[in-house]
Amino acid sequence: MAVLLIAEHNNKELRPFTLNAATAASQIDKDVHAVIIGQNSAEAAKQLSELPVVKKVLSVEAAHYENFTAENFAPVIIKLAENYSHIVCSANTFGKNLMPRIAAHLDTSQVSDIIKVISPDTFLRPIYAGNAFATIKSNDAKKCVTIRPTSFDPCDSSGGSAPIEKVEASEEFSNTKFVKREEIKSDRPELGTARIVVSGGRGMQSGDNFKLITKVADKLGAAIGASRAAVDAGYISNDHQVGQTGKVVVPDLYIAIGISGAIQHLAGMKESKIIVAINKDGEAPIFSVADYGLEADLFEAIPQFMEELNKLNTIQK
Amino acid sequence: MKILVAVKRVIDYNVQIRVKEDGTGVVTDNVKMSTNPPDDNAIEEAVKIKEAGKATEVVAVTVGEEKAQETVRKALAVGADRGIHIKVDGILEPLAVSKILQKVVDKEKPDLVFMGKQAIDDDCNQTGQMLSALLNWPQATFASKVEVKDNKLEVTREIDEGLETIEINVPAIVTCDLRLNEPRYASLPNIMKAKKKPIEEIVASDLGIDVSPRLEQLKVEEPPKRKAGIKVANVAELVQKLKNEAKVI
Repeated sequence: MAVLLIAEHNNKELRPFTLNAATAASQIDKDVHAVIIGQNSAEAAKQLSELPVVKKVLSVEAAHYENFTAENFAPVIIKLAENYSHIVCSANTFGKNLMPRIAAHLDTSQVSDIIKVISPDTFLRPIYAGNAFATIKSNDAKKCVTIRPTSFDPCDSSGGSAPIEKVEASEEFSNTKFVKREEIKSDRPELGTARIVVSGGRGMQSGDNFKLITKVADKLGAAIGASRAAVDAGYISNDHQVGQTGKVVVPDLYIAIGISGAIQHLAGMKESKIIVAINKDGEAPIFSVADYGLEADLFEAIPQFMEELNKLNTIQK
Repeated sequence: MKILVAVKRVIDYNVQIRVKEDGTGVVTDNVKMSTNPPDDNAIEEAVKIKEAGKATEVVAVTVGEEKAQETVRKALAVGADRGIHIKVDGILEPLAVSKILQKVVDKEKPDLVFMGKQAIDDDCNQTGQMLSALLNWPQATFASKVEVKDNKLEVTREIDEGLETIEINVPAIVTCDLRLNEPRYASLPNIMKAKKKPIEEIVASDLGIDVSPRLEQLKVEEPPKRKAGIKVANVAELVQKLKNEAKVI
């Protein structure tokens, strides 16, 4: 039986992690079908049909799908599930919210946030904020799996031409009403997919000082991250949080400035290829994961860092 | 309005996790255990709603071994009225826990069920959503703000793109983010008082639910270690290393 991938999108286009989830799905079984549930989402459905790993697209449209409410999405997938061995989507807030609602209806024990497909029924996943890796074998007939997007490469986005099949909508769930979404728009790369991430912590001391992080990020074409302490202190909004309960990032370069390195923060960034830590406390745990540590006052180090970057002839973007 | 709050006992968030040498799990003997952090936020929110006169009773429930009862006792010390301990030993998957909680909901008939959005041991992030699926109730996950309006809740959810606000009719499930509130500490007099509050004990097997694991944990291992890094003397050296050695800028 084929694998059913749940596409994440904004009704206009696919959200990037759909491509990572498609890769994971294709590692489970070559026969990947993808379902897209939305309202006026034909363009996104077309993008989905162009992913070479996707063999068939199922498109479901209705007004009550416009805001991706799990209570409305779950019945659609549950109905489709009988034809599939696996249901797969990203372990971001979209998938985390939706998949357990499906799994419980199917009476299947979900495997969350996998980082590797070992075989179609066996997966590797981090537990305890990434301080241990567990190899999990699922014995359920149908498997519900969410995947950690940064652990799988995005699939090719063009070249495919899967057929798009319309599927009937399910009834609206009337006890949940969408009110509003406050998305923070930015010209920067997305935190989850950026090549470079510059993050600030409590050591920044104020929201105003966080502008120093912005300057460095601008210079490097980087996304901006933050520790939970910095978000809780109100220096920056929650969508920047990196860690066990925030986003997991795996950039080529992660620069942690004024971040001590609490276990829950390390869980979100320690798989980064190169880690730089700038902190005045030489004993800070962040140094234990840093490839390059600089023990210095960040308010002196950042201006110097900008100066040194300005001296370079070229900076990779 | 009656609020049921589910709490879980986990290894304390400050403990450095150690993997057992035989690969069967992580070391839990002689390790400090606590209430799962966002479950503390769940209790706090329920108690605040009661203090604001919008709820009549807060019931704390846990599912687990003998010692799990400590988490209920702690909830009673910060304002929950009474407790329920569903006793069961061994590994419990979120699906089994949600089935047990469904039975508790059938019996207690709460208007709201609160719990943490994720447990910091297995990091599954499933139980609240599964319980709402089994009950066919609305789910407000990852809540960072909860407003009670008659028989409705307005909940702000933390999502990857920023914040989302939804309105849900009760009965409903809310899973709590750490940002929802600042959990209070229990005062000594309240800890003493909590000892007199009732905790009902129920043996899970009496509920007629199959809680046996569906997943096999084949192996637990340490994550690959990072190679030890170096300290650089100054910013110039740092930039030079990033440019010429790591080649990332």
